Amino acid sequence: MRPKVELLDTPLIERILGEAFQLIENPGVRIAPYVVELLSAAGARVDGDVAHIPEDLARRALQSAPREFFLYARNGQPAVHYGGDDVHFDPGSSCLNILDSETQQPRPALSSDLVRLVQTAEMLPQFAAQSTAVVCNDVPSEIGDWYRLLLVLWHSAKPVVTGAFSASSLHTLLELLAIESGGSDQLRRRPRAIFDVCPSPPLNWSEFASQNMVDLARAGVPAEIVSMPLAGATAPVTLVGSVVQHTAECISGITIHQLARPSAPIVWGGAPAIFDMRTGKTPMGAIETAMLDMACSQVGKHLGLPTHAYLVAGDAIVIDAQAEMESGISAVLGALAGINMISGAGMLDFLSCHSVEKLVLDAEAIASAQRLVQGMEVRGDSLAVAMFAQTGLHGDFLKLKETRALFRTEQHFPSSVIDRGAQNMGGSARDILTRAIVRVDELLSAYHRPALPPEVEHSLLHFADREGRKAGLERLPGITTLASVH
Amino acid sequence: MYEVYFSAMRQSIIDGAPDTALTLAQQSVDAGIAPLEAINSGFVPGMHAVGEQFAKGQMFLPDMMASAEAMRAAMTVLDPELKKLGTARSMLGTVVLGTTKGDIHEIGKMLVGTLLQAHGFRVYDLGVDVSGETFSARARAVNADIVGISALLTTTMRNQKTVIEALQKDGLRAQVKVMVGGAPVTRRWAEEIGADGYAKDAMSAVALAVSLMEAKQAIASELT
Repeated sequence: MRPKVELLDTPLIERILGEAFQLIENPGVRIAPYVVELLSAAGARVDGDVAHIPEDLARRALQSAPREFFLYARNGQPAVHYGGDDVHFDPGSSCLNILDSETQQPRPALSSDLVRLVQTAEMLPQFAAQSTAVVCNDVPSEIGDWYRLLLVLWHSAKPVVTGAFSASSLHTLLELLAIESGGSDQLRRRPRAIFDVCPSPPLNWSEFASQNMVDLARAGVPAEIVSMPLAGATAPVTLVGSVVQHTAECISGITIHQLARPSAPIVWGGAPAIFDMRTGKTPMGAIETAMLDMACSQVGKHLGLPTHAYLVAGDAIVIDAQAEMESGISAVLGALAGINMISGAGMLDFLSCHSVEKLVLDAEAIASAQRLVQGMEVRGDSLAVAMFAQTGLHGDFLKLKETRALFRTEQHFPSSVIDRGAQNMGGSARDILTRAIVRVDELLSAYHRPALPPEVEHSLLHFADREGRKAGLERLPGITTLASVH
Repeated sequence: MYEVYFSAMRQSIIDGAPDTALTLAQQSVDAGIAPLEAINSGFVPGMHAVGEQFAKGQMFLPDMMASAEAMRAAMTVLDPELKKLGTARSMLGTVVLGTTKGDIHEIGKMLVGTLLQAHGFRVYDLGVDVSGETFSARARAVNADIVGISALLTTTMRNQKTVIEALQKDGLRAQVKVMVGGAPVTRRWAEEIGADGYAKDAMSAVALAVSLMEAKQAIASELT
């Protein structure tokens, strides 16, 4: 059996859904002009910028949303399964800062930092997908969104969790993905990326978010709702009240999305958090934040939808015991909740700072969580008696052929980041940060860029050159073969 | 002789009880207590106590919001009385606050505004999605000492710079101090865009505003 943790019983889930359906009808949901026609034509009453969505309309949308879909690796193989209780992890997205590897102090992130993060995540099987992890401060802000996606596609063959920075730039990102996929039809058939779209709490689908939802649905490229109620500030202070708000935001978003194109792929996701009443911060490592993620995801699962959450991020500003305690706990809880995509690894300081070293540390917590959800398996007809029949009371199980045959599947072997006495064997450094730094170096030395077909590479560079020039970009930081274009 | 009143006023603020604060304010007027004395000896010490307890982690943001609400309730009675007498409460300074263009997040800004008010600043909150021109026009209209610019998003944070540029364009930069804040904002960013200060949270924003006013007054006294 697969271990699973649930926080809500079915009657409570039904109450949550009942109140969420009430909310989207009254007070309703704030929407942008872009979706007024879509909603009112389908039977929602729209007063100014507020849509009152009737339950039956929302329920039809929930029915037409797909139960599962895949993201694909560059080689065309399915790599991420959104659906059921499958659990995947990807690094956190869109940090402004990076914890400098040498000084271990935060500073604005650059293209070279994104490349290091992508290369490291590429080497770690714990991450089924990449993310556009940081904002590259050495690139003009107006092209920051497609440029970081270009860098990920350039250096990785894994699927990507990404997002646009505006309503209009989405189309530039979709064009870029279509080039890599070999056309927009191919991109729709085998999507390489999923786009995060964030409603503003409470119950507000801004112009940017509304338009992204509709345009993604029409393009047939998966969208991931990142609803972020802040319990006690922009959402009810009770955890269950915030789950209601999350539910209402997701349902209203799915209604908009499915009206634009029924059965387009969509994910029930979020980054809810509590609001710390001492500091006004939104702790991602708080246990209540993890509880919100687990419960929100459980409601999505109840509806049969693919799910996402933001976990594995720590709130400490440096890599310390607090950061890893928070990340470890939430990685385990997210996995036990069966959340399909768990974003946030590598992040510190309330999602504002990324760290390559933390990414490799979090990968160890994730590996443990992944082992945990594999659960305990019966291997063979006898549990223990057959092995005892061979050893009697001598206890020398180490010699048994079963031991040798099964220990690799029974036990997970952490990397050298985790100290299990190797330092006594003259191996590794005493402190975990040093071991993480060494591990990053090892992974980066072993990394080889998964090369793109030359014609695709050429098209990507041509695209980057054309779009980059519009923003005054003279060179392509993070990409070394620019000379081939100019 | 009014100690009992003052002590009850102080407590109404600490309790975050707007109805009580309003009633006490009205009673003090009826009893002939000078409004300025009611403010300075009754209600303001309550707000100071709240600030101290908040700093020690013994009171929390919802308590602080309730106390500020109680303070506002008392002032709805006392402000008109001050006006009648032709006196004014001496304020620490005038602050224009807003969230940058393209950004609709306001919790952080609202907290800063509430705390600044509670600590004796006159605050004009322009709301969210505010352009540089609007910031600048309002700063001129109210003769602002400080402009506070909030941004939650990495994308909208860049518009903090356009506010500073608007202030420069309108010739206000020399007389207006600029403070910036918001989740993605760092000291380095504040320096880069030429702001006068950065605060990482609402309490340090108050301390920053106080020090900016001191700096401003020091310059003013040098000039006179």
